[in-house]
Amino acid sequence: MTDRDFSAADYPIAERRPETVRGARGKTLDDLNIEAVAQGELEMEDLRITPQALLRQASIARSAGRAALADNFERAAEMTSLPQDEVMRIYELLRPGRSRGKQDLLDAAETLRRQFHAPQLAGFVEQAAAVYEKRGLFRRRY
Amino acid sequence: MTDTPSFQANRWRRFDDWDARALRLDKFAVEDPENGFSAFEGAADPEPSLDIVDGRIEVMDGIPATDFDMIDSFVAAYHLDPEIAAEAMAMPSQTLARMLVDMNVPREELTRLARGLTPAKLAEVVAQLNAMELAFAYSKMRARSTPGNQAHVTNAKDDPLQLAADAAVAVALGFDEIETTMRVAQNSWANALACCIGSAVGQAGTLFQCSSEEAEELQIGMAGFTSYAETVSVYGTESAFVDGDDTPWSKAWLAAAYASRGIKMRCTSGAAAELLMGFHEAKSLLYLEARCLCLQRGMGAQGTQNGGIDGAPLAGSMPGGVRELLAENLLAVWLDLECASGNDARHSESDMRVGAKILPYLIAGSDLICSGFGSILKYDNSFNPSSFNGEELEEFLVLQRDFEADGGLRTIDGSSALALRRQAIDALSFVLKDLELAEVDETMKQSVAVASGSKETQTLDSRVITEISRRVAERGITILDVMRALHRGGFRQEVENLLFLLKLRLSGDYLQTSAVVREGRVLSAVNDPNRYQGPGTGYRPSAARRKELADIRDVLNREDVLRFEATLESAEQARIEYRHMGQASPGTDRSEVVVGISPGLGTKFFQTLAGHPLSTLLQTLKRGIEDAGGVMRVVRFAHTADTSFLGLSAARLSGSGIGIGLQSKGTAVIHHRDRLPHNNLEIFSNAPITMLAHYHALGANAAAYAHGDSPAPIFVTGDGEALGARFHARVALIYAIETAMTYDEAVPEEIALHFKEPAHD
Repeated sequence: MTDRDFSAADYPIAERRPETVRGARGKTLDDLNIEAVAQGELEMEDLRITPQALLRQASIARSAGRAALADNFERAAEMTSLPQDEVMRIYELLRPGRSRGKQDLLDAAETLRRQFHAPQLAGFVEQAAAVYEKRGLFRRRY
Repeated sequence: MTDTPSFQANRWRRFDDWDARALRLDKFAVEDPENGFSAFEGAADPEPSLDIVDGRIEVMDGIPATDFDMIDSFVAAYHLDPEIAAEAMAMPSQTLARMLVDMNVPREELTRLARGLTPAKLAEVVAQLNAMELAFAYSKMRARSTPGNQAHVTNAKDDPLQLAADAAVAVALGFDEIETTMRVAQNSWANALACCIGSAVGQAGTLFQCSSEEAEELQIGMAGFTSYAETVSVYGTESAFVDGDDTPWSKAWLAAAYASRGIKMRCTSGAAAELLMGFHEAKSLLYLEARCLCLQRGMGAQGTQNGGIDGAPLAGSMPGGVRELLAENLLAVWLDLECASGNDARHSESDMRVGAKILPYLIAGSDLICSGFGSILKYDNSFNPSSFNGEELEEFLVLQRDFEADGGLRTIDGSSALALRRQAIDALSFVLKDLELAEVDETMKQSVAVASGSKETQTLDSRVITEISRRVAERGITILDVMRALHRGGFRQEVENLLFLLKLRLSGDYLQTSAVVREGRVLSAVNDPNRYQGPGTGYRPSAARRKELADIRDVLNREDVLRFEATLESAEQARIEYRHMGQASPGTDRSEVVVGISPGLGTKFFQTLAGHPLSTLLQTLKRGIEDAGGVMRVVRFAHTADTSFLGLSAARLSGSGIGIGLQSKGTAVIHHRDRLPHNNLEIFSNAPITMLAHYHALGANAAAYAHGDSPAPIFVTGDGEALGARFHARVALIYAIETAMTYDEAVPEEIALHFKEPAHD
């Protein structure tokens, strides 16, 4: 069964398909228990959602008629591979007046595509670049 | 009142009374569409339109694609589905409006069509519905079947101990989500730590957010303290958006960022935000909000917090403003978004306006009826007072009970509230000590546990609180460190509860539309969809939930009434003896007044509703009769417990033809033997405010009637108290008990009163 085969019938996954759930380091739900906490065996990575889980939720959302929500989950799946600083750096670039011009955003898109294998995020940022240029949103405000 | 009243006035004094009402503190604004003061019809609202050529949107709501601002561009790219648009935009608005209130049109059909409708069209459709239709359509269209509610947990000192205690109470009250924010921005990590621990006390699964600066909020979430966010604000004009320092793309980026960290997210928008920011473009509140909501759906947010929010008081100042708030909530659910339906920023000083505003949401149900119910006192609400706050919590519980409407909350009893508060404080205090963040002493713990609000607490110094926050952030303390500390302190259940919620993060189940956690299960629009299709369908409280809704504090029953009366019995026995003298006969004394007492008077009931012992009342009545030259004779009836019939029966036995009917709760009547049962001489029906002086005067008047005089009737005046609400439950129970004591063949019984102590006033 692939991530795209998940549908509303498999939801909630933690209840219906708990055996498929993993943390970012591969731990199962059963591995995440109080003894593991007490003995310091867990790291925050073990509590991080995986791209697979997000793609499954995207598939469930799509099956429930929520394509826009599914698209967001798919962008999020790509974003799991971005370190926090990179997430915030690009967020900052997308705010009005932060990029000096269109090229800053196009460079960010290129990084997303090449370094993080995130084509949907890249396309999204490129679209922002086009609109920002048209609307004069690169103007500095402070 | 010895002052001579002045009649000098240049206006009707009723206006003074009106001026004194809290309502007059509300300021109302004239409708002025040119300047943005219009709920539904802005001066510059566009006509709905959509031209699609070769699958490309050329014109939307009268604006050519070349002139699109960033909001139009985003809506056109991500909200509008060209495959549905032609069909949906061709439908007359009235047809769509009627479909919204037609229980036979499935919700899915309407959410499908919404994906093909422009902001102006969506606004035009919902504007056609009146307030009742809006509420009905909202009830039909909201995404999740089971209603829920969200609490604010904050305080004026940013006191972590109180935050933990109040979070635990909010969980016990049934809130699905709790939201905190700070008075001092630097305290965010301390707030997050405290609420997170408090929310794990008692039960697992309550979602928690710490409303903070965007980047920091995401960091707090990544450290595992919070599970959702709702601060992703969007605006309906480009200028307002830029002024808010964001764009639809930057906000959509955040939407994906939260999901990528397993954190539930909803956007925030709402009427009048653009007007408050000075960038309204002469558009109506509703049209601008329609743009916001199309954006939110387009960016893939699962839900929204709308319905005014911070702009609610301004929306409420306009004609139709409160109807507009309902309309924009309806738009949210029509667009298939989870809706935390406002009712947070208190829109009025008038309790009555607030109560009226909540009703449609309460009876329609909502994913989160309040997007911030102040679970704390008003002055502790760091978001500003909500529609309902700690002070008014029980009113909300009673409204749920009145309408058998599920507002998501339940009653909490005093002893478990205190135990939960203490447990939360102990757990947090242990963690603070264990992680070397702060030392909490017993006085602080106890003062916070019992305090209603922060004005009453003797707690951590404000510098210590800021230091806790700084250390948590600097040392990179995560939820894992907190759970280990709790485990060392023996707070095993709290660790289990925290772990439960963290594990849910991995499946991503609570990222779906309208997700909350109930009794260990994720409920969302996916597995608990609203399928309302008329009476008998949709959400109905279960038998168990109905019982929970009914279970408020201090509910009277028959046993309570009798138990209370029994506590008075021995004191009355020390004051009076009712001696049974056999069957009563008609009297001949022309000056006598017969007092007919009810079957339970002095046998099961011992004081009036005003609190006068019945012995004192009878002694006072006797003195009143005698002071006016009459003679009192007492007869007990058991064929009736009704005041009028007691009075008339007494009059028929009286030598003067005048009788007094007296019920044990203190209700009395003066009757004449020749009158019809309900056509008495004088009646004293408001027992709760009938004082001994009134009973004295009543006795005197009865004696005067007996002598053939026409005394001035006695008026028992009150201050307009809602006596019915205060007493009717007790009255009905007392009367039912007395009525059950009556029997048809009963004969009147002569009673000789023996007073064991002297009369007193």
